[in-house]
Amino acid sequence: MNTDAVGKTYAPTVYAVGREKIKEYALAVGETNPLHLDPEAARAAGFRDVVAPPMFCVVYSSPSIGPAIFDPDVGINFAMMVHGGQEFAWGPLVVAGDEITTTVSVKSIEERAGNGFYVFESQSVNQEGETVCTGTWTNIVRGMS
Amino acid sequence: MNPGDAIPELRTTPDRFLTVRYAGASGDFNPIHIDEEFAKQVGLPGRILHGLWTMAQVARAQTEAAGGPQSLARLAVQFRGMGVPEAELEVTGEVREVRDGVAIVDTRAVQNGKAIIRNAEAEVRLPTIQG
Repeated sequence: MNTDAVGKTYAPTVYAVGREKIKEYALAVGETNPLHLDPEAARAAGFRDVVAPPMFCVVYSSPSIGPAIFDPDVGINFAMMVHGGQEFAWGPLVVAGDEITTTVSVKSIEERAGNGFYVFESQSVNQEGETVCTGTWTNIVRGMS
Repeated sequence: MNPGDAIPELRTTPDRFLTVRYAGASGDFNPIHIDEEFAKQVGLPGRILHGLWTMAQVARAQTEAAGGPQSLARLAVQFRGMGVPEAELEVTGEVREVRDGVAIVDTRAVQNGKAIIRNAEAEVRLPTIQG
């Protein structure tokens, strides 16, 4: 298999976090914590605006992760791809009004037991330069050999 | 949260249109999640849940157990099989150890008797005890 893309880093994307988008996401995943839904409750708890649930990281990092997964240099066979594993580590909370810059790179491409393991890494930084989330995205392509 | 403690169980049943709402909320419009015909054409039983939605349920079980979004420091999961709409999902977990104010929780999501997220590990920051 072709591993030339390992180490490749993609152009950063910037995502402006909106109050209504946080609410839409929070409702779709069943969050009931008012910190995600009610600006008054969030301000009363000391936040500038509503707080994104941790897994909202998939929203602000998706504009960056998409082009990496679809990159012909990486060469994933989508018909045989499954999302095998996912890891996120979180720093300071993201709130509405933040601007998050995400950079994605190809961490590793390897074959194990006849399957291809394509691992991507994302790093998301807020407008203060703080790392709010790092992600490790593992896609498995079945039947490489 | 002490070693050996179970976290409160989270149970939720994704309704028929959940995958459509989650597609809009997340931006993941892969047709295997929203188009019944397409899903069947590619050999699936029907539309399947987004793995990252299911991971969000595992995350929510931790933040609800620990008192808010600031508590979740890290979550790593493995996806197995596939989740489906209109069947109850159950997230359970147990504290494996506590070190430096962080609980390590072994956790999973089960639907129809199968762990669709397994070998998941969460790191949960515990509230600082005053006094």
